[in-house]
Amino acid sequence: MENLERILLEHPFFAGFGKDFGAVVTGCARNHKFDAGQYLFHEGDAANEFYLIRHGRVALEILPPGQRPVVIDTVPEGEIVGASWLVPPYRWNFDARAMELTRAIGIDAACLRGKCEADPKLGYEMMKRFLPILVQRLQAARLQLMDVYGKRAS
Amino acid sequence: MSPAGVNTALAADAFLPEPYRVVAARSEIHDVATLDLVPIAGAVPAYLPGQFNMLYVFGVGEVAISISGDATNRSRIVHTVRNVGAVSGAIAALESGAVLGLRGPYGTAWPVAEAEGKDVVIVAGGLGLAPLRPAIYHVLANRGRYGRIVILYGAREPGDILFRHEVESWRQRLDVSIEVTVDHADPSWHGHVGVVPRLIGRASFDPAETVAMVCGPEVMMRFSATALADAGVAPADIHLSMERNMKCAIGLCGHCQWGPDFVCKDGPVMRYDRIGKRLTLREI
Repeated sequence: MENLERILLEHPFFAGFGKDFGAVVTGCARNHKFDAGQYLFHEGDAANEFYLIRHGRVALEILPPGQRPVVIDTVPEGEIVGASWLVPPYRWNFDARAMELTRAIGIDAACLRGKCEADPKLGYEMMKRFLPILVQRLQAARLQLMDVYGKRAS
Repeated sequence: MSPAGVNTALAADAFLPEPYRVVAARSEIHDVATLDLVPIAGAVPAYLPGQFNMLYVFGVGEVAISISGDATNRSRIVHTVRNVGAVSGAIAALESGAVLGLRGPYGTAWPVAEAEGKDVVIVAGGLGLAPLRPAIYHVLANRGRYGRIVILYGAREPGDILFRHEVESWRQRLDVSIEVTVDHADPSWHGHVGVVPRLIGRASFDPAETVAMVCGPEVMMRFSATALADAGVAPADIHLSMERNMKCAIGLCGHCQWGPDFVCKDGPVMRYDRIGKRLTLREI
């Protein structure tokens, strides 16, 4: 557990995170290993965990009916996958696929939500870390939506 | 040599194009072609990375196109053109042996000399890689003069990656960091997906000692410049290549006026600290 706490606090998402909070969050954490092509989760599944990517890369995909999946984002090591665990009804809105061998720390969502409810300071710390990421991804999605690179191939 | 110095070498009549012959024409991606041009008489004029020429298709019209070749190769001048209208479409359709008119070179250049001793971050989007390619050739040919070299390139989808073989060959170098991202892909693509400004925060460079060069669609440049500034790069060290409707190319006609500047002579390469606020003005 001590080792997991050290690994967790070394992740950029938790940079500057208090050691006391680190121990609390580690109580909700576990290690994961995903082989290339393995799915972390699928759209519609319960969002029971979010993932700190330690090594590897994850593709976020949406499956349009009758078509090949569309990759909407890729998440490299040092970043996180998943925000749906924060917002009811806690369901994933896309698929997440390991593009290569990927090692991650999974944080149990119900466990962490419970601890955040019990300690608003911890909850606020978590919000301060998640919100900039969500805003950054929203802005990136808007830019993506603008489709700025000239006309399409016919 | 200064850009102004280059311009003084122009023909007596600044509006008279010189005839050039297409000696090679290559299709790059679906609507983009690269032409190698040689003058029918005389030598290829000296130019600096980032400058442009006015290319004239007889009977069709004239348009400003950035130079995309190696500035040290004086045997030919290289342009990469996207078919977006009557004139650019006519240029992109030219075949080997065709003749067109050329005036130039014009405009300001990438600050490759100013960047010596510093990290260089090059951010390109779509066809914006073409005007940056001469600067990339320069920094790679003079690798020892620079710190870290980071090239970040974004395209719409994998099939739209410009100069793909060349990008792949740059990527094999151990002394350059290159990341390519696309806005959309299917699962057969193993690279990044997402917009190019997101790569900036992930790249490794010393923002206090960095010169950044950015070219692509204006919205992409705006977001990239913001991301570079957020990463700590001084706005005076962020350079963007602007595009406006250029006609005379020598600051006379006013078609390319943008606030207090004429993009043809005060640009196309302009410093973000001077133009940043203008990028979001709707009135100009």
